[in-house]
Amino acid sequence: MQIKPILSALRRHKAGTFLIAMQIALTLAIVCNALFIIHQRVSHLSEPTGLDEADIFVIQNEWVGTSTPQQADAKIREDLVVLRQLAGVQDATPSNSYPLRGGGWDDGIKLKPDQQQDTTGSTVYFADDHFIDTLGLKLIAGRNFRADEIAAMDVRDTLAPPQMIVTKALADKLFPNGDAVGKTIYMVGGPGTIVGVVDVLQAQSVDRWAAEFAHRSTIIPKRLASTIGTFYIVRARPGQLDAAMKAASKALFAHNPRRIINEQDGLLSFTEVRSRAYERDRGMAILMGVICVVLLAITAAGIVGLTSFWVGQRRKQIGVRRALGATQRDILNYFMTENLLISSAGALFGVLLAVAINLWLVTRFEMNRLSLVYVLAGVVILLLLGQGAVLAPAMRASRVPPVEATRSV
Amino acid sequence: MFGYYLDLALRSLRRNKTLTALMVLAIALGIGASMTTLTVLHVLSGDPMPGRSATLFYPQLDPQDMDGYEPGKEPMQQVTWIDGMNLLHAKRGLHQALMTGGAVPVQPAQSGMDPFYADARYTSDDFFAMFQVPFLFGRGWSEADDNDKARVVVITRTLNDKLFAGKDSTGQTLRMGDSAFRVIGVLDSWRPNPHFYDMNMGNYVASEDVFLPLTTARELRFDHNGSMDCWGTGGGDEEHLETAPCVWLQFWVQLSSTGDAAAYKEYLLHYSQEQKAMGRFQRPPNVRLPALMEWLDINKVVPGDVRLQTWLAFGFLLVCLVNTVGLMLAKFLRRSGELGVRRALGASKREVFAQLLVESGVIGLAGGAGGLLLAFLGLWLVRKQPSDYAALAHLDMSMLLITFLLAVGSSLLAGLLPAWRACQITPALQLKSQ
Repeated sequence: MQIKPILSALRRHKAGTFLIAMQIALTLAIVCNALFIIHQRVSHLSEPTGLDEADIFVIQNEWVGTSTPQQADAKIREDLVVLRQLAGVQDATPSNSYPLRGGGWDDGIKLKPDQQQDTTGSTVYFADDHFIDTLGLKLIAGRNFRADEIAAMDVRDTLAPPQMIVTKALADKLFPNGDAVGKTIYMVGGPGTIVGVVDVLQAQSVDRWAAEFAHRSTIIPKRLASTIGTFYIVRARPGQLDAAMKAASKALFAHNPRRIINEQDGLLSFTEVRSRAYERDRGMAILMGVICVVLLAITAAGIVGLTSFWVGQRRKQIGVRRALGATQRDILNYFMTENLLISSAGALFGVLLAVAINLWLVTRFEMNRLSLVYVLAGVVILLLLGQGAVLAPAMRASRVPPVEATRSV
Repeated sequence: MFGYYLDLALRSLRRNKTLTALMVLAIALGIGASMTTLTVLHVLSGDPMPGRSATLFYPQLDPQDMDGYEPGKEPMQQVTWIDGMNLLHAKRGLHQALMTGGAVPVQPAQSGMDPFYADARYTSDDFFAMFQVPFLFGRGWSEADDNDKARVVVITRTLNDKLFAGKDSTGQTLRMGDSAFRVIGVLDSWRPNPHFYDMNMGNYVASEDVFLPLTTARELRFDHNGSMDCWGTGGGDEEHLETAPCVWLQFWVQLSSTGDAAAYKEYLLHYSQEQKAMGRFQRPPNVRLPALMEWLDINKVVPGDVRLQTWLAFGFLLVCLVNTVGLMLAKFLRRSGELGVRRALGASKREVFAQLLVESGVIGLAGGAGGLLLAFLGLWLVRKQPSDYAALAHLDMSMLLITFLLAVGSSLLAGLLPAWRACQITPALQLKSQ
């Protein structure tokens, strides 16, 4: 295929050529970044919590009336007995929070008492000896808490648990040699010994600010004796989730009606918890996807429109070429190559623009650097799109009969 | 002449319906997306106290010990009880109020209604005057009520509807947390956006349902919500919050004019020095006095996702416009022959230009109308979202106007280049080739 005649023909359509290239460049830049954002959000929302999510539900229990922390703790213990006796319930545990909840207790962890900077942040889960079994966590080293280690803690006490269980991610961060069990670490209130390590347990927040310690969680042998309320994490027997949820709420009210379990979000299966936690990420990914598709469609339509116009304008020249011996395939190739040239120029500029936009997004928003895979994917998509869009007008051009050359208009 | 151009434009647009539809659709999509995101951004970055925000200030002090001290670091975001009360009683501003959020268990008198938790604001008497809170019945409490820890409460219209069927409930008794309160006021609908006076509750949450004196709430040990930052040996236990080295209260002050800010800042500086001399503060005085809108900026209230979406939508609009420019160019140049005849018959370049601009303007208007419909659809979708600002996404008059200006303006802009190119046609050449 001869490129030179195409280029000289394009020189006579500077404005149109420039506009198509421009549109392709802008589309490429936006689509690359949008795809990248989609990827970030989707990989974010498929992170594991470490929980056996299918059978777990959570009760947010709020107390009515004033009471002392001691009374609150007694009520929690009574509730646990009630919950664990239910037929559909396998186990239950009280906690201050749970993964994906969005808020909770975070603390800095130090390796030495006089250290100025924290080694890492960590989500702190208050737990009793049933916590690991209820959530279905995998204990990979050391041991679970013993029942006699569990104690009540007032909300305003400083955090200084004598024992703790950490996640593998946290253990690896603190003790890269893999010998975390038996070591002493320091929380805000003082030292504690690591007695066990669990495989995976996600932080309570999936927001960006908690990303650094997303899986570095600590489990402590304390019941949070809050007079406001508590969370009960409950594991239903397999397949009995719905029945267990209804039964649990009913049994708690039957035992002590002076409580509030909010109708909207007081009783949630973990599936609901997950979908609530990631609603925004999913919404953003869907929005970006829709924008990409519409943008590509509009660009394709623009290419079809402009090429059709060019074909119409050049009917006579095409006729002359056909009369002089050019085959239909030559004409088709001409328009396809023309589009490929314009698209490539546009794509080249688009790549630069995409990287520039990404760099700007990194400074303005919490974003990572664009990976080249996305840029390449975008280029391929756009080139294919251009070729696809130009196919119909080019076919029409190839069917222009040689006799057109003899017509005067 | 305009009527004639309009007629020509409509004829030309009718001639190639697919192309016209494509151009209108592209503009409509671009405008619809931009207007949806721009409206959300406009609503979220609005002024919660129009006309008053410039005189409302949020004083910040630095009462911490030297542990972790870095010069020039932003002071704490809230105040301690001692500092809050000192600033409150000094009365250096026109109005001032000290506050925190909380939750109170409400025990309705009706037998059929279960007790429930209501979001509460514990504050001081000036809150209502300072923030121009509208009253439906009754009024707020007095300074004497604050001092006496009076059992008085102001409730919102929503709660009044729920508990007292919307009747004037002033003078009635409301039981909360095992204590009896006298209702002294019912607020009319009031929802400042963002929830600027305490952003620990969420940036765009509705206002609280129950308002009562801070001193009363403390005496009854009502639960307070929000963030609490302690330092040193401060445990911040519930019994000794008044003396604890913890910040957990918000303090707002209204000055009589923006110019008084310097004097007030000077006062804060003196106050910090005085506290340091007394040994309460350890750090060198570090005070800030952001005005309301600055405070919102510092806290980055507008979500990043919303700003990102706005940029994305404008990028989208740009592509749609470039697309329209290309299509219009094709269309106008295709009519070179017709335009050549008009020019040869005596139409000036300027007249041909005007004719073509009218045509692009018509496309812009149609696109704008379509865009408006799409924006309504888009905002309806936004309102279905779970975020706390979802309910606020409505198009107001100013945004409606902007939509139309944006649509017509951008399509005229898009029409400029093609129209100009088409004017450059030499009439003789076009006639000759005919």
